[in-house]
Amino acid sequence: MASSHLRTELGKVKGLGASRHAVSHWWLQRVTALALVPLSLWFLASLLTALLSPDFNHAAAWFASPVHAILMALFLVAVFVHAKLGVQVIIEDYLHQPVMKYTLLLLNTFICWIFAGICILAVLKLHMLDISAGI
Amino acid sequence: MSDSSRPLSPHLGIYRWQISMVLSILHRITGLALFAGTALMMIWLWSAAYAPAFYVTLHSGLASTLGKLCLFGWTLAFYYHLGNGIRHLFWDIGKGFSLPVMTRSGWAVIIFTLLMTAATWGYAMPMGGQ
Repeated sequence: MASSHLRTELGKVKGLGASRHAVSHWWLQRVTALALVPLSLWFLASLLTALLSPDFNHAAAWFASPVHAILMALFLVAVFVHAKLGVQVIIEDYLHQPVMKYTLLLLNTFICWIFAGICILAVLKLHMLDISAGI
Repeated sequence: MSDSSRPLSPHLGIYRWQISMVLSILHRITGLALFAGTALMMIWLWSAAYAPAFYVTLHSGLASTLGKLCLFGWTLAFYYHLGNGIRHLFWDIGKGFSLPVMTRSGWAVIIFTLLMTAATWGYAMPMGGQ
C-alpha cells in the first residue's frame, strides 16, 4: 500500500486499518434499501387490509398463502440486514470507547440474527398451521 | 495546539439549524425507531404463531391510546425513512445534489410523510384503529 510508510510501527503491528468491508457494507445497505421500497409498502398494506385483527386465525389464514409467506420471509431478511448495517454505522460514528463500542456492535449483530430467526420461524409455523381444523 | 478547550469543527453549539442537517439527523432517529419497531413485529409474529392468548392481549394493548400513539409515531417514522431513503438512493446515483434541488426534495419528503401518514390513518381509523 502506498500509504503504509506513513503509519507508525505500532499502527502497523496492531493492524487496525481498513477492514476492507466498506464496499460490500455500502452496497448491501443500498440493495436492501431498494428491495425494502416495495416489500415494506406491501407489508404495511397487508397489515392494514388483512393482518391487524385481534383474531390470530386471520394472520394464520393470510400466511397460509405461499406467496404471502415468501414475500414476508424476503421482507424480514431485507429488514434485518438493513437494520444491522444501519445501526452498526450509528454505533461506529458515535461510540469510540472500545468496550462500549464492541459490546454494542456484537449486541446489534446478535439481536438482528435472533429477531430474524424468531420472525421467520413464526411465519413458517403460521404458514404450516392447519387453520381449516380450527374454523 | 495544547489548548484542548478550543472549539472543534463542526461547531455544533453555534451552528444554524438547516433543513439538510435536520433531515439527516431525522433519518438516523427514524431508523433507530423502526429498529425498535422490529421488536414489536417479532413479538406480534411470535404470539400469533405460538401464544394465541398473548396475541389477544397484545392487540388490546395496541388498541389503547398509548398503543395507537406508538403506532402513529412508527407510521410517521416509516414514511419519513422510506421517502428520505429514496432521496438517498438518488444521491447514490449522483442525482439531486445541487442546493435548491436538495432543499426542494427535503420539503417533498416532509410533505410525503405527512400526507401518507394521514392517508394511512384515515384508512385505518374506520376499522377502530386496528
